[in-house]
Amino acid sequence: MTTQANLETLPRGLNIALAVGFIALAAFPFASSEFYAQMVARMMILGIFAMSLDLLLGVTGLVSLGHAAFFGIAGYALAFLTPQGEPVSLWWTLPVAVGASAAGAFVIGFFVVRTRGIYFIMVTMAFAQMLYYLFFDNKVLGGSDGIYVNFKPDAHLFDLEDKRVFYYFTLGTLLLVYLFLRRLLWSPFGRSLAGVRVNEHRMRAVGYGTFGYKLAAFTLAGALAGLAGYLWAAQTGFVNPELMGFQMSAHAIMMVILGGMGNFAGAIVGAFAFEWLLHWFKDLPEIGGFNAGKHWQLWMGIFIVLAVTFARRGLLGVLASLGARKERSHD
Amino acid sequence: MDLANFLIQLLNSVQYGLLLFMLAAGLTLIFGIMGVVNLAHGSFYMLGAYLAWSLSSLSGSFTVALIGGTALSVMFGLALERLLFRHFYQRDHLDQVLLTFGLIYIFEELRSILWGDDVHGVAIPELLSASIPLTDTLSYPVYRLFISGVCLALALGLYFMISRTRLGMKIRAGAFNRDMTEALGINIKLIHAIVFAMGVALATIAGMVASPISSVYPNMGSQVLIMCFVVVVIGGIGSVRGALISALLVGLVDTFGKVLLPQIAGMLVYMLMAAVLLWKPEGLFKQ
Repeated sequence: MTTQANLETLPRGLNIALAVGFIALAAFPFASSEFYAQMVARMMILGIFAMSLDLLLGVTGLVSLGHAAFFGIAGYALAFLTPQGEPVSLWWTLPVAVGASAAGAFVIGFFVVRTRGIYFIMVTMAFAQMLYYLFFDNKVLGGSDGIYVNFKPDAHLFDLEDKRVFYYFTLGTLLLVYLFLRRLLWSPFGRSLAGVRVNEHRMRAVGYGTFGYKLAAFTLAGALAGLAGYLWAAQTGFVNPELMGFQMSAHAIMMVILGGMGNFAGAIVGAFAFEWLLHWFKDLPEIGGFNAGKHWQLWMGIFIVLAVTFARRGLLGVLASLGARKERSHD
Repeated sequence: MDLANFLIQLLNSVQYGLLLFMLAAGLTLIFGIMGVVNLAHGSFYMLGAYLAWSLSSLSGSFTVALIGGTALSVMFGLALERLLFRHFYQRDHLDQVLLTFGLIYIFEELRSILWGDDVHGVAIPELLSASIPLTDTLSYPVYRLFISGVCLALALGLYFMISRTRLGMKIRAGAFNRDMTEALGINIKLIHAIVFAMGVALATIAGMVASPISSVYPNMGSQVLIMCFVVVVIGGIGSVRGALISALLVGLVDTFGKVLLPQIAGMLVYMLMAAVLLWKPEGLFKQ
């Protein structure tokens, strides 16, 4: 596994760029059409999801290929808790949904974190697919068609049905999760997780019960993925088994890698870049009878293969190394 | 469940298990020897099914399709190894996961462009289309026995090749210590290419022989990939013997689960995997 931490401390230039990005996001709904504001809200939700995976992937060094399972569990929880004819309160459904994801992550984590390397990859994928087929095959759980969420959760203090309010609610959540995870990264707990990534045997030798640390990280990451899944279900008004699918999990990995892992900022950047690319590929026009947009998976596949083969440190890494080169040329 | 029914289910589970073994053997060999985790392995199974369908409708003969398809899959495997996989043997598992995930997308779309998105059926060859009567009402199709036979023959051939031939000796040496093997003058790159092509061919043959009973449809590789993962995790990665025993076990649990406990049949195999993980996190036959 990668032992090198990628930009754990963000250079000041990047921090300023992130702050500017945040202000741009805050101003965005005033400058754009509703369609794009919705799209950016979706990107922010995926940013939360990607950050939750980064806690496993970039910080703890656990390559989970089943992270979408916990994204889906909370989404389904909201779908089950929302009655047919009226909205349901945000203030108890959000903790319940996130708790359901955390519980699912705890149970699955109990089995998977005792494995390592390639086993971990295969086992996380297998358990996520188990949940996928459970929901896919059972009519009671919505089956392959999924379930509609007819109302956005009722927050009492503000109205999430208003798209702009929902946008700012998502932006606030994104910021809180980012600040929380950045704080966590430099806490004793975060340092221990990084220690597990760098050398698990040594961590055990100096007396850390790494099983507990890995299980805690897996559960926390599952809970945060649940937070994103809850927002996703509320925003789209619809859940289906694809939310837990293999594609969703792999896309999340791609977001983290694309942005640059191990520092959470990269996960957000990666989520935005990946979603934008996905949208762009799906929107490709028909060229000479060949529907390029319909075959978006081909372009995405080629892009992923090229990105993995050539660009290895992610967008943030590329930016940072550009900055470093500039500094060096000043000497 | 009476005896005839039990026999049918038993034969079905052995047939399913052997088919899974063909796929899992390639997956476990490629990982055990080159250290590559290959998510696109299920795509080779799909490729096999589509090759069987298009070649048999082109040539009118299932035998020709089998032979032609196997030859094509070996060439495909060699090309893929040379162009892409060779450069990923020493990389992180994470990079390998992403590369092979990207390949799944590419293979799925190429399939869609070349062959379309419809579901197709492949006719069972006439010679094998009979059924063996067991009782007045129950019978067993010969073709399913044929599948088991082909898989069994290939499994035995694989075993013989790895444990009794010179090539097999080199493969085992390469898996044990790559640098030392190379220092002794063995062309390890060639060995890797052969093993990779063999894994691709095994999965493709599995897809071809299974196509008449499973039909041919988009995304057929992904479900089978998950089952392969379960088989490999239970059996212990890198162990071909472990893959065989665990594939038969998974076949039994899945087939009898569907008959005896249909409500939770889908979950049973995963519960088996969870139980094995608690007991032996590295699989039953970790080498």
